Amino acid sequence: MSELKRTKLFDKHVAAGAKMVPFAGYDMPVQYPLGIKSEHLHTREKCGLFDVSHMGQCFISADDGTFETAAKALETIVPADIQSLKPGQQRYSQFLNAEGGILDDLMISRLGLEGHTHTLYLVVNAGCKDDDFAHIEKHLPDGVNLSIKDDTLSLIALQGPKAAEVLGGLNSKVQDLVFMTHTDLPLGDIWAHVSRSGYTGEDGYEISVKHEDVDALVDQLLAHDDVELIGLGARDSLRLEAGLCLYGHDIDTSVSPIEAGLIWSVQKHRRGGEGYLGAARIAADIADKSSKRLVGILPEGKAPAREHTEIQDQDGNTIGEITSGGFGPSVGGPVAMGYVARKFAKASSEINLMVRGKARPAKVVKLPFVPHTYYRG
Amino acid sequence: MSTYYTEDHEWISVDGDTGTVGISVYAAKQLGDVVYVELPDVGKSLDKGDEAAVVESVKAASEVYAPVGGEVTAINEALEDAPDTVNASAEGDGWFLKIKISDAGELGSLMDSDKYKAYCDGL
Repeated sequence: MSELKRTKLFDKHVAAGAKMVPFAGYDMPVQYPLGIKSEHLHTREKCGLFDVSHMGQCFISADDGTFETAAKALETIVPADIQSLKPGQQRYSQFLNAEGGILDDLMISRLGLEGHTHTLYLVVNAGCKDDDFAHIEKHLPDGVNLSIKDDTLSLIALQGPKAAEVLGGLNSKVQDLVFMTHTDLPLGDIWAHVSRSGYTGEDGYEISVKHEDVDALVDQLLAHDDVELIGLGARDSLRLEAGLCLYGHDIDTSVSPIEAGLIWSVQKHRRGGEGYLGAARIAADIADKSSKRLVGILPEGKAPAREHTEIQDQDGNTIGEITSGGFGPSVGGPVAMGYVARKFAKASSEINLMVRGKARPAKVVKLPFVPHTYYRG
Repeated sequence: MSTYYTEDHEWISVDGDTGTVGISVYAAKQLGDVVYVELPDVGKSLDKGDEAAVVESVKAASEVYAPVGGEVTAINEALEDAPDTVNASAEGDGWFLKIKISDAGELGSLMDSDKYKAYCDGL
């Protein structure tokens, strides 16, 4: 096994008493002494700081210096509308294979900084990034270039109701950003790319800074009483309660964005079945009323239903499988997501979860389990 | 009353032919926040090493095995509403179940608290 990589904040995690685990090729903090449950609740009540530097950051730009050329090129490999992105705007999308299966999910931004508005900035999952970068390289035409920034940029996330106040203390302009927009500005004396987004369901920011600046920025944020370091364990329970997909669990090459309930991320004029890799599958799954769907599942009782738990109908027929499941600290009980046959995808459908050989009743529910608190101005 | 430990971090406290079973302080600390405990039915007969209970943290589910064989005579119903008692008092109020020990000889293969402490230090 190859040696685990470390983010620039590795020493800080260890000094904070983190339990480190291998994740996507990196040695990452799964929890700190506070513990997963308290870290989760702290993020929902105040503000959590996450090291997400293991994720892949890259830029795409065209030799002709136009946004249009770069956007058109990227649109051949993602279902999202990229050409209509305004400077400083951000969209969630996916890379698909030729069959429309999901290779990865990602954030795509058009830089807002004057002189750079022709450039696209992408953040992809750590576990997929090498394949993603190869996939992008393979499909970009001559004259459109990929620039990978893992060697120069770190990424942190500040999430929770106090995030705007805390980050606003370093530059009040971040409070003007609305959800899914971003800007470049100084935080104190550190130059940063700040986006109002995240993966916890809470208001908050993702902040990209140079490797050499990340330690000092984290120190400034942690100096605030409301900020705690939060590990991958709570990151997982937070995103599950927020009904957000985790690549490799809720989504992978075996499902399409439509089956995964991500149709909202495919703009209407991109649903016609052509124009990008996997487009035919998108159109087919929209038309096919029998295809499966990812749904929220609320187990009755207190037993969590974990990933790979079989889902049955009332007659004992297998109708799907749990893809993410556990305990939701803010819900105060078990929560799960999984795929079910389309006719069971309606909210309040009654299903059974086969946990340790016993059928346990559960209901299909609307996602998210905990309301999103994104700041929309 | 003597307490014995298994390599899987269960403890059993023996009083006559009744054993009280739970998971060790070390195990509770490793698991983190306990959110659910599934206990067997009273009257269930367990062989040594059988799955006796399941303890779940936010992250994962772990099996709890019977340290010795016997019949389940009581379960700690308080854990249903307060599973975090396992974190607060793993070797006290956070007990899981009581069994009527069928063969006291099986206790001989378990560790006493000194041996168990040395075992944990070596992990």
